[in-house]
Amino acid sequence: MQPLTNRSKPVQTREMTFLEKLYLPAIWTGMVITLKHFFMRKATVRYPEVKREFSATFRGKHVLKRDDQGAERCTACGLCAVACPAEAITMVAAERKPGEEKLYKEEKYAAVYDINMLRCIFCGFCEEACPKEAIFLTPETIPSMYERSDFIYHKDRLVESMDKRIDISKRQEKKLAVNN
Amino acid sequence: MQDEETIPQTTSTEEFILNVGPQHPSTHGVLRLKVTLDGETITHVEPVLGYIHRSIEKMCEKLSLRQFSYVTSKMDYLSSHMNNQACAMVVEQALQIEVPTRAQAIRILMCELTRIASHELWWGASGLDLGAVSPFFYAFREREMITDIFEETCGTRLTMNYMVPGGVMADIHPTFVAKVKEFIRLFKLRFHEYDELLTGNTILINRLKGVGVLTKEDAISWGCTGPVARASGVSCDIRKWYPYDGYEKLDFKEILDSEGDCMARYRVRMEEMKQSAHIIDQLIDNIPEGDFQAKTKNVLKAPKGDYYTRVETARGEFGIYMVSDGSQTPYRLKFRSPGFSNLSALPHIAVGAKMGDLMAIMAMFDLVIPDIDR
Ligand code: SF4
Ligand code: SF4
Repeated sequence: MQPLTNRSKPVQTREMTFLEKLYLPAIWTGMVITLKHFFMRKATVRYPEVKREFSATFRGKHVLKRDDQGAERCTACGLCAVACPAEAITMVAAERKPGEEKLYKEEKYAAVYDINMLRCIFCGFCEEACPKEAIFLTPETIPSMYERSDFIYHKDRLVESMDKRIDISKRQEKKLAVNN
Repeated sequence: MQDEETIPQTTSTEEFILNVGPQHPSTHGVLRLKVTLDGETITHVEPVLGYIHRSIEKMCEKLSLRQFSYVTSKMDYLSSHMNNQACAMVVEQALQIEVPTRAQAIRILMCELTRIASHELWWGASGLDLGAVSPFFYAFREREMITDIFEETCGTRLTMNYMVPGGVMADIHPTFVAKVKEFIRLFKLRFHEYDELLTGNTILINRLKGVGVLTKEDAISWGCTGPVARASGVSCDIRKWYPYDGYEKLDFKEILDSEGDCMARYRVRMEEMKQSAHIIDQLIDNIPEGDFQAKTKNVLKAPKGDYYTRVETARGEFGIYMVSDGSQTPYRLKFRSPGFSNLSALPHIAVGAKMGDLMAIMAMFDLVIPDIDR
């Protein structure tokens, strides 16, 4: 190596003794430590049998919440789509017709609500931006699929069903301090 | 007699070009090195970049001041907290937002945990590069505890997006303090294993000592920062020189070494892990009460001007230069990533080393390729 300056300081290296050159003691100490771990508690999870759960605050697949009467909370205000850094959300708003009060909570609702899971980076910004507490991220991962179009989640896969409600009460409160 | 004259008296070697990477296990990513060899000795190294270029800087020009930090987690994915922090800090500097003390303490705790996690991964992976397999498992055992802590508080395990302008995204999880304490206890208990397995190991010392010497002057001229520069004796810890987010109130040492070889880089990182644990020790019981986020407007607009902030990531100085034209999005962003400058010193110090030493040098540089390419 040619240093840019001639003021380099050589590294002091001591000649190794014969015993050290054999490397046997070094290998032995390493082996003892690894052997000890045979008798310690295992750090691993025995995966296919035991599954490690994600914590309740994990940011995974989205869910569009319904309220207790089963009406969809989302009003298609579009704030989540504006906040999304990955531009993963598309929606089409529609006017609620008389007689649909049970289905949609407010006068406006999202007729189409798509999230492209290939674009989404699971930042949780949509959850933070939503004023109606309609969209949440859940500790569920997106499974792999064969077609790219399968990754565009429509409302049928996003809106929660009433018989299998998703508990979001353990998620952390995020919008304490943002005001307008 | 005639025959003897045609046979050359000395054996000469021929130049040989070898491609290391882009798919080589020890480049830890898609870095390609064009290595010119003379026998076993390296005569020239040329890093070829661009295999994972995503034009993040350009992308950021389109994103709002709140959004652009979300892409930076994907740069140095092992220091994603620090990257987000730098983004948050540049916005705070532009808009003069005061960060609450609680948020500052949480930020420092997260950053130091990240530093430990990053150095753990480096330790394990460099052991793997040099032929020791079990360190990898022991390093990941501890690192897993940290990612579990992150998962509970921040919501993800690698790309955090946790630090936002004005503070942090969410308050710490109720179990955070207990878990961090438990981690620090186990970490200190198990640290001797690291020393016994690798640090004092003659095989490792033989591979690292005197290899890839980077002098102090060279480290400065190549713009090296972080553990690479500190191993050559350059004092460059941003946490000491330009304290941010309350580092000035804490008691910790900047680790310096003078030899500048691979072993020195190894020692600096090992000591830094201990210092990070020491910082966490001081803070974990004294997280101030209060808000975790300052009150900010929904739409942030930075005043016209240019701003620069820097943080110390696990690899060195990470700086953001932002030019704002007064709109919602930055006019231009420039990231100064530590990996890029550190890599530029590699061709210089690898000349004259053996091919096997190149792996050791690269392992001790702790390169993260997405950080270099952006
Ligand atoms: S999690 Fe982030 S990237 Fe995904 S849809 Fe919500 S805002 Fe967009
Ligand atoms: S999910 Fe929330 S933010 Fe998004 S359109 Fe519906 S109500 Fe608005």
